[in-house]
Amino acid sequence: MTHVPLAYIARNLTARKLTTLLTAGGMALVVYVFATVLMLAAGLEETLVGTGQPDNVMVIRRGSQTEVQSGVDRPSAAIVESLPDIATGADGKKLISKEPVVLINLPKRDSGKPSNVVIRGATPAGLELRPQVKIVQGRMFQPGTSEIIAGKSIAGGFRGAALGETLRFAQRDWTVVGVFDAGRTGFNSEIWGDAEQLLQSFRRVSFSSAMFKLADPSRFDAVKAEIENDPRLQLEAKRETKFYADQSEALSKFISYLGVTISVIFSIGAIIGAMITMYASVASRTNEIGTLRALGFSRAAILVAFLGEALLLGLVGGLVGLIGAAFMQAFSISTMNFQTFAEIAFSFTLTPGIIMASLAFSLIMGFVGGFLPAARAARMKIVDALRAA
Amino acid sequence: MFVPFLVLKNALRHKLRTSLTVVGIIVAITAFGLLRTIVEAWYAGAEGSSSARLVTRNAISLTFALPINYAQKIRQVPGVAAVSWANWFGGVYIREGNFFPQFAIEPSFLDLYPEFVLKPEEKKAWMVDRKGAVAGRKLADQYGWKVGDQIPLRGTIFPGTWTFNLRAIYDGADAKVDETQFYFHWDYLNEAVKAKYPRRADQIGMYFIEIRDPSQAAQISQDVDATFKNSLAETLTETEKAFQLGFIAMTEAILLAVQAVSFVVIIIIMAVMANTMAMTARERYGEYATMKALGFANGFVALLIFAESIGIALVGGALGILLTFPLAAAFAGALGTLFPVFFVSQETVLMQLLAALVVGIVAACIPAWRAARVRIVDGLRATA
Repeated sequence: MTHVPLAYIARNLTARKLTTLLTAGGMALVVYVFATVLMLAAGLEETLVGTGQPDNVMVIRRGSQTEVQSGVDRPSAAIVESLPDIATGADGKKLISKEPVVLINLPKRDSGKPSNVVIRGATPAGLELRPQVKIVQGRMFQPGTSEIIAGKSIAGGFRGAALGETLRFAQRDWTVVGVFDAGRTGFNSEIWGDAEQLLQSFRRVSFSSAMFKLADPSRFDAVKAEIENDPRLQLEAKRETKFYADQSEALSKFISYLGVTISVIFSIGAIIGAMITMYASVASRTNEIGTLRALGFSRAAILVAFLGEALLLGLVGGLVGLIGAAFMQAFSISTMNFQTFAEIAFSFTLTPGIIMASLAFSLIMGFVGGFLPAARAARMKIVDALRAA
Repeated sequence: MFVPFLVLKNALRHKLRTSLTVVGIIVAITAFGLLRTIVEAWYAGAEGSSSARLVTRNAISLTFALPINYAQKIRQVPGVAAVSWANWFGGVYIREGNFFPQFAIEPSFLDLYPEFVLKPEEKKAWMVDRKGAVAGRKLADQYGWKVGDQIPLRGTIFPGTWTFNLRAIYDGADAKVDETQFYFHWDYLNEAVKAKYPRRADQIGMYFIEIRDPSQAAQISQDVDATFKNSLAETLTETEKAFQLGFIAMTEAILLAVQAVSFVVIIIIMAVMANTMAMTARERYGEYATMKALGFANGFVALLIFAESIGIALVGGALGILLTFPLAAAFAGALGTLFPVFFVSQETVLMQLLAALVVGIVAACIPAWRAARVRIVDGLRATA
């Protein structure tokens, strides 16, 4: 079977620029929305999954889903600390960090609207357990003082949280002496201070969580069973990676469901646009189709040619939309995760999977929009088509 | 009669193209309306709140409690008519996905909310049952609860499984009232907590204050907060509306995105419609030239295109608006309690109509401009 030359197909799109521009533009917008929303969900997942370390174990009160809801009293924390499976640090001490975690209300820097920010009582072991945390401005807080360090997203996004500024909470003024960057993790949306100081000022007697590093990561299931079966403890243990991944579940599902539903509905509009364009393209070239058929091109070749034109139209729209979406990577978004009630900042992340999905989506739009017009073109009788002029 | 007739004839010349365009507009206007309804549903909690109620909570954040003796002190603040309190329970019903708000309330809480309508005998039954609970109509319908059912909740903040007897179901006084809440006795929670975790007993999450004169809300809020200034638990008092808006503001980034996206669909359909009109006008350049040769003005030719475009857009818009209502109803049914209040407002309908009109006008601009400018000679030659 002889194919209609590709150059013929492509040139048809340039013949009527306004029409091509408008149709591809509509598709580009749909693909842009589709890709952006998936990038948002991917960014959130990446941030929260990246927050955990695979050989760290998070211990919280049974049934509580977040650290803020949880409570681990000192006797329970001591029992956990006595487990033999905990790794030891360079100084010979066990690598376990018992941390109070609370939410405080802070005003956002640009709008002044309050949002919930996580304050974590950190310990030297806690820092060793999270090697991704790096001080980028100022210095570490001094233990035993009212000094705090702020995550990068918080320092920029909230009033009083930048280097050298002070925050007032729990009847004290806290000075921000450092800003830390933890890469693409949830810690960037936290404020850290000395654990004992925070416990005292918030009048808390129990920690929120205990986190430790496993000496032998393969022993996780045994350690988990030991903690959860201990009759003295009302605690549960999770790998840190899973703990944070669970927290992104609802929000990222919500974003991707909403986004995909919206994109599919929107694509109906773009598909109709492609259909109108392709029907017009077929109608205005009835003569040419007749000539092509007379020259010996088969019905199938005509069908493929017009489908190819529609697919090309979709591909152009898809590429333009993707390029637009790729620019979104420069932005990050900060919102409340409704599973933790705490602010979380994350950026748009373009993954190979999203690129493939977006291009496939644009091709599907082109195919669906182009199929009926292409079939009409293929069904034409040579004589009628040639007579149409 | 000549002009409308000509426009109608023109619009029906390409029946397939016109009907495809109309379908596109229907989809876009319906999607636009639904997205706006979702955004409005988000704000509905704040819309439905009364300005005569204040909420007092711990100044640090909602996760910190207040002592129970504050009730007495708040009652003494001038202008305060009544005080009640509630604790967020945060239980899980069967599985995590079944989210609905649950509060342990002091019984007079329901008196502060006259918009929650209870049958007197059910209310009485709830009052005398220590493990009794009250649920909103929408919530009860979603899970098929009937009065007398036992409802187990697994506590996330208060450990253990708690079982409640559903004693009453409340209805909202109007469509704006949230019918997805679940209430039970604060005393029951407090006694259980006292037995297990004495330190966590007698703690209040939020105080709800009814004030005599809503115009005094700002002053009374200040007075309440001043009472507890420099104490261990400083308070933050605001109107119920501000309290609700504070929650919405936290998820504002997502709301803004949904709002932005709702305008994208209009732009998409604008492109589709503009394409239709461009093609239509292009095919008729010869006719336009003929009309001009007969003495019709440039403006008249442009008017024909505008009228056709706006006509098609408005027909699609009107059908889209009609379709929004059943779809929104189906949507609300499928979402259940996720959005307590979900209905298409008058404003949304007006916005939809406006969007359709704008699409019609914008789509006709370039084709009309081109058609008006077409020279008679060129136009006539195009047909030949």
